[in-house]
Amino acid sequence: MWCRQARGSVPRRLAAGGGRALAGPSQGAVSGELLRHLEHLALVDFRDREGVERLRGAIRFADRLREVNTDGVEPMDSVLEDRCLYLREDDVTEGNCTKELLNNAREKVEEYFVAPPGILCCPECDLQLVSHNSLFSVR
Amino acid sequence: RLASPRPPPAITAPSGGAETRVVGLEIHAQISSNSKLFSGSQVQFAAPPNSLVSFFDASLPGTLPVLNRRCVEAAVMTGLALNCSINKKSLFDRKHYFYADLPAGYQITQQRVPIAVNGSLSYSLCIDNKMSQMVTKTVRIKQIQLEQDSGKSLHDDSRSQTLVDLNRAGVGLMEVVMEPDMCCGEEAAAAVRELQLILQTLGSSQAIMAEGQLRVDANVSVHHPGEPYGVRTEVKNINSIRFLAKAIDYEIQRQIEELENGGTILNETRAFDSKLGCTVPMRDKEGMQDYRFMPEPNLPPLILYDTKSLPANVNHQQVVNIDWIHERLPDLPSAKRAKLVELYGILPEHSFTLVNEDGLTEFFENVLKQTQMKPKKVIGWILNDLLSYLKQHSCTVKESPVSSVLLADLLNLLEKKEISASAAKQVFEELWKGEGKTPLEIVKEKQLQLIEDREELEQICQAVIDEHEKEVMAIKAGNQKIVNKLIGLVQRATQGRSNPVLVKQILEKKLSE
Repeated sequence: MWCRQARGSVPRRLAAGGGRALAGPSQGAVSGELLRHLEHLALVDFRDREGVERLRGAIRFADRLREVNTDGVEPMDSVLEDRCLYLREDDVTEGNCTKELLNNAREKVEEYFVAPPGILCCPECDLQLVSHNSLFSVR
Repeated sequence: RLASPRPPPAITAPSGGAETRVVGLEIHAQISSNSKLFSGSQVQFAAPPNSLVSFFDASLPGTLPVLNRRCVEAAVMTGLALNCSINKKSLFDRKHYFYADLPAGYQITQQRVPIAVNGSLSYSLCIDNKMSQMVTKTVRIKQIQLEQDSGKSLHDDSRSQTLVDLNRAGVGLMEVVMEPDMCCGEEAAAAVRELQLILQTLGSSQAIMAEGQLRVDANVSVHHPGEPYGVRTEVKNINSIRFLAKAIDYEIQRQIEELENGGTILNETRAFDSKLGCTVPMRDKEGMQDYRFMPEPNLPPLILYDTKSLPANVNHQQVVNIDWIHERLPDLPSAKRAKLVELYGILPEHSFTLVNEDGLTEFFENVLKQTQMKPKKVIGWILNDLLSYLKQHSCTVKESPVSSVLLADLLNLLEKKEISASAAKQVFEELWKGEGKTPLEIVKEKQLQLIEDREELEQICQAVIDEHEKEVMAIKAGNQKIVNKLIGLVQRATQGRSNPVLVKQILEKKLSE
C-alpha cells in the first residue's frame, strides 16, 4: 500500500516538523477577501490576529505535503477503498423516538425543532459565528 | 414584499422569434422503500413530526451511514430503464451547506462518480394539439445519482422562527439530470410525464408530484442560433407538470424580452409563483454557492456486479447483480403501448391515453374480455365517453361509478342491436349516476329498446315523409344528403329508438316508389 511505500521517502527534516513552506501559491498569505469567504462558508469567526495567525500556520503545515513527489501514484481518497460497502436490508429498525430527540432541543414548538429564521449562508444576514480558535492549533 | 409583478407575457409558438431556447431539467425522485437511504427509520408521508427520525438522521455524534440495498437496486433499475451505463464502481461525497433542515451541515451525494451515466429518454408530443399527429423526441440523461433528502422547514414569519421536521431527512433520492435538449415547456412536461410513468412502472419511485415524491427544477437559457449558449437561470418551486410547462414558457419569454430590451440575464435561481404565473428571484439563493465537496470518509466505494464479475461463494444479500436486475425489468410504458397497438389494432395516440391514465388499460382490457364488440369500437367508448366523464367529475378510473362489467353489458346491448348508439349514450349517462341499475334495467325503464316492429317503423317513416314535402321533392330532384335529415327526424320521433340503417332502407324504398 501507498502508506508503507512512502514511509521511506519522506525527508527526515519534514518528519521532524521543522521545514519551511516551499513553492505553493499561498505561502502562508491569506487575503482579507479569502478570510471573509472562509468565515462565511464555515460559520467560523477568526475574530482576532491570533486566529488568523493560527490559520496561516495551519496552511504552512499542510503545504509541506507538496514536497512529496506523488507522480504516478493513484490518489487515495479514502482509507476504506479496499473495504466492502456493507448493504443493509430494507427493514424499519429505527425511529419513533421523538421525545428523546426533542429532549436535546433548546427550543421546541409542539413536536418541531425551532431554528432561527433565514438562511445562514447570506453574508448580509445576522450570523451567530462561533469562535473556534482551538481548531487551528498546530501540533 | 415583491415589486408589482409583470403580467404573464403572451406565449408565442416555439417557432416564433429568432432565439434558440435551451431547457434542461434536474429531477429528484424519492425512492420507494420502507426505510431511508442510510438509516433504518421509516419512509412515510404525513407522519407526526419527528417521529420517523433516527439518531443518524438527526446527525447526533457517533452515528454512521449504512447503505440500504433496496435504494441501490432502485437506482440500477432506473438507470437500466433509461438506457444508462451503470458504473460498477461509484463513490459517495459530502456536499456542504448550512440550512435548518440539514442537521449534519452536509448532504451525502454522488458528485464525482454517480451510479449511472449517459442514458436517454424517448417521449412523444402531439403536434399542434391534435391527438392524431404525434412526434417522438429524445432527451439525453446525463446521470443518475443517489443522495439524501433533507428535512422540511416551516417558516413562521410572525414569530420570526423556523420549525423543523426531520421525517424526510435521509430519505433516498435519485437525482436524474436531463441534458438541455428540450426547447419549451411542452417538451419538458412530456419528458417528465414519461419519466414519471417509467418510475411508477418500475416501482422505484411512486413519483407523485403532489406529495413531493417527484421534484423538478428547470434550467432555462436563450441564445441566437450559432452563438454561444446564454446565461441560464434555475427555476424552482414547480408543483405539477402543468406548472412546469407554464414556468418554463414564462421564463423563456421573460429572458427574450429582457434581452430584446437591452437587458442582461443574471445567473440566478428563480421561484415559480403559480398564482401569478410568473418567476421571481429567490432571495435566499443569491450568489454562487461553494459546496466544498469532499469524499464521504465513512463509506467505501459502491461496487456493483454482473454475472461475469460476480465472485463465487458470495453472500447474495451483500451483492447487487446488474444482470439479475435487468432480466427482471417489467415492460416499460413504450413497450406496453406498442403491445396494445399490435394486439388490439388501436391507434398509437390511443395507446398513449390508455397508458397515461392510471388503471385505464386494465379497464379497457376487462371490458374487452366481457364483450363481443371489437376493440376498435370499444376504445371509442373508453376514450370519448368514460374518460371524458371521469375528467369532468375529477375521478380516477378506480373511482368510476361505471364498472367494466356494466360498460361491457351496455356495449353488448348495442352490439346485439337491441338499442341504438344514441340510446346507449343515454344509458351511459344514467349508469354514471351510480344508482346500481344494470343497463338492461335502464333500457326497460326508459323504454329505449329499438323498435323491432317493421310496420311501426314504416308508419313513422311515412308520417315524416308526409310532413316534409319540400325535403322529399329535393331528394327526388337528386339531393341525396337530405335523406339524413329525414332519418334524424325519424330518430327524434322515435326518441332514439330506431335503427338508422333500417330507417334509411325504409325511407329510400318509399321515396323511390
